[in-house]
Amino acid sequence: MTEKFLITDKNEKLIEKINEISGEVVTLCEQCGTCSGSCPVVEDMDITPSNMMRLAELGDEEVLETKTIWVCASCFTCTTRCPRGIDVAKVGEALRQIKLRKAVDRMDIKDIPEDERNILPQLAIVAAFRKFTG
Amino acid sequence: MKIPYYPGCTLKTKAKNFETSAIAVAKALDIEFVEIPRWNCCGAVPSLSDDDLIRHIAPVRNFIRVEEMNQDGIVSDEHRIVTLCSMCFNTLKMSNLRMKKNKEDLRKINDVMYLEKEHYKQDVEVVHFLEVLKDIPPSKIKEQIKNPMPELKVSPYYGCTLLRPKEVGIDDPEDPLIFEDLLSTLGLNVVNNPLKTRCCGSYQVVSDKNIVSSLVYDILTNAKKNEAELIVTSCPLCFFNLDRRQKDIIKFHHNFEPIPILYFTQLMAILFGLNEDAFKFEENYVDYKDLFERKELASK
Repeated sequence: MTEKFLITDKNEKLIEKINEISGEVVTLCEQCGTCSGSCPVVEDMDITPSNMMRLAELGDEEVLETKTIWVCASCFTCTTRCPRGIDVAKVGEALRQIKLRKAVDRMDIKDIPEDERNILPQLAIVAAFRKFTG
Repeated sequence: MKIPYYPGCTLKTKAKNFETSAIAVAKALDIEFVEIPRWNCCGAVPSLSDDDLIRHIAPVRNFIRVEEMNQDGIVSDEHRIVTLCSMCFNTLKMSNLRMKKNKEDLRKINDVMYLEKEHYKQDVEVVHFLEVLKDIPPSKIKEQIKNPMPELKVSPYYGCTLLRPKEVGIDDPEDPLIFEDLLSTLGLNVVNNPLKTRCCGSYQVVSDKNIVSSLVYDILTNAKKNEAELIVTSCPLCFFNLDRRQKDIIKFHHNFEPIPILYFTQLMAILFGLNEDAFKFEENYVDYKDLFERKELASK
């Protein structure tokens, strides 16, 4: 059933914010689903990357509460394949940044089990903290 | 040939086996890696936000060091910066592209770094060691092979950061061959893996290692279905995920047979017959000895 979604000023503002941080125009997305079909971690997500793009182009705040934006590891497969030329990985980053800039961290060094902490290579830890903390 | 070398954090610690073997292999091919004085962390992941320029400072500072190396005569007219770590490669190259594309961004960065003796003048080029090897005549590489292993079935694993995004990648992002070409030159039996460019989960291993284990299982299983006996890679994080997560995979898939993972430079060091110190195999988790013993016996 078709659902009516009203774009309010609040939605417009979020769309603008996403475009500003990512440097992309999310409303170019035509929902073909290539990103979802290409994503290696889609099984671990709660919504598909194309759903994420749909919510982003509607400026729906719900997108900021999805697991999807945190499971993405910016592998750029979707970016490489998007027929509309959208850098989907950058859109994902913008969504994470909107959350992280409110000083809400997703990770604490104490949460990493000690045996893992000892064997993890440095770049994994640096990368994770850059992606999961503001 | 002397070339400025950017190690990055992991090459000096957990990926010592990569650095040591790469320097030894380069030396055998008359390439001297000159470590950049006072290099700093690149940030590990490229900045993907258009509005936070500050994350480009770390990479640009390294580029200034390369320009200084040229001025000080440490290298002569060599503006390339060679990396081994694929993630450093990606992060540095992304920043460099942005600086080259956007003069205003470069001006701002140079403004902030007013204490540096020099401004960055955009003449540095970021390259990966695989690209340097590609420019060497195959005959010169072949000359160095002391322990040929034509039977050894090797599958390359590219991962993401060597190839994507397209403007940064060292080869076609969908069907790269640069690794295969090198392995063929090395006289190995190159095995294709359809998942050679599939993401291994990267830094997600810090927050949820199960995501990584399941991705790695698919990558390794595909390589094995194509009869690979060994996988080579160029990224310390891919290496860690592919190598170490095998101990978790066995817990979920009891019939899983471990497969050795090596840095491509470790394999080259073996083929070149270099001193064993160059391999630093104690850093490798999955046992590789059986495989090479079998191969050596077979060749005798």
